Amino acid sequence: MSSVKDLEVSEIKEWLEEVKDPEIPVLSLNDLGVITGIDVDSSGKVTVNMTPTFTGCPAMDVMQQDVKDVLVKKGIKDHEVIVSFKTQWNSNMISERGRKALKDFGLAPPPEHNMIVDIDIIERASCPHCNSENTEMKTPFGPTLCRSMHYCHNCLQAFEQFKPL
Amino acid sequence: MNQNAIKDLLYKMADDQLILGHKNSEWTGFGPLLEEDIAFSSMAQDKVGQSWQLYKILNELGESDPDTVAFMRNAEQFHNSQFVELPNGEYDFSLIRHFLFDTAELIRFQMLAESSFETLANLAKKIKGETKYHSMHANIWIKQLGSATEESISRLQDSLDKSMPYALGMFEVSEFEQDLINEGLFAGEEALKAQWKTKVTEVISETSLILPDMESITPVYGGRYGKHTEHLQPLLTEMSEVFNVDPTADW
Repeated sequence: MSSVKDLEVSEIKEWLEEVKDPEIPVLSLNDLGVITGIDVDSSGKVTVNMTPTFTGCPAMDVMQQDVKDVLVKKGIKDHEVIVSFKTQWNSNMISERGRKALKDFGLAPPPEHNMIVDIDIIERASCPHCNSENTEMKTPFGPTLCRSMHYCHNCLQAFEQFKPL
Repeated sequence: MNQNAIKDLLYKMADDQLILGHKNSEWTGFGPLLEEDIAFSSMAQDKVGQSWQLYKILNELGESDPDTVAFMRNAEQFHNSQFVELPNGEYDFSLIRHFLFDTAELIRFQMLAESSFETLANLAKKIKGETKYHSMHANIWIKQLGSATEESISRLQDSLDKSMPYALGMFEVSEFEQDLINEGLFAGEEALKAQWKTKVTEVISETSLILPDMESITPVYGGRYGKHTEHLQPLLTEMSEVFNVDPTADW
């Protein structure tokens, strides 16, 4: 175990790789983009800042606790994990690796957008199974707050998309 | 910052979200289509989550914790508009209320994203993105059913006529309205109402529905000052039933 003084932010970020979104267990919090800041002060105190994907996301408390658990496991006694809206999450913050993980999981990654999410953006989903663009949105709401439901006219399968936000 | 003014604003918004969120959740298992069942349930979860975050800001300003505030107050201590506490009725009424409320809600949080109170502005930037989905959902169905069959049009028209006095009641001004405006906390209910009218008119004009003449309607006020219909207290009693079995229980 590294001594507290030698702690690098990049190292802590690496530790957090093992913390996954409890509703999408292939996606790490790093790749989801909800870790908005990691700080180590001169006394060795570690502060991790996080931001929720959706305001009412029930998985947020679990994620916050999972981050704390990792810090404790790594021997960081003095730590704080802060959840706030100072940085507002949007779906463009999902990393390339995260987008690939979503697709492999069978969830269409959110279309990238210029922060103006309208009906044209939401309807534009490529099928995660066959990559066809010939798809139709069935409803902008799904089994969790962050998913919408679609149907692929090419491979005739229903699929879900991580919503653009 | 005028503390009483900001608290009043936060309470009325949080109470609207909590109560309408609860009403939306009553559609779970009863939606006319599976997709609508899921839509109303999702919107319920969003709205209750948003109310929780607004109550958390109130908590930081010295009010009780969110659970206590949500579950331990009586009807006369709630500041929601009477519109959101009305029974769901049939799907046509729920849909019209959803449309009229969420059109206002989206504009409200777009305005609040510019608030001089940074904590609220940050949360509003988040909520407006989520509410966009609610508003889009409402617009799609109003446009579709508002031009579909004789029955769908007449049902929506009846609900629209019945709703309008209550919908206008959402914009009842606060006793601190001028402070909110002067301090840049919120641009005010009148400014919101003007933008809302424009948007509502735009959507309704794409249907066979007729927008009632808003100038000749007397708004149903009172909700923002704790005056409610007979529907609110039973709703609160039911909502807090589990909590009140053991308020100290840890979940």
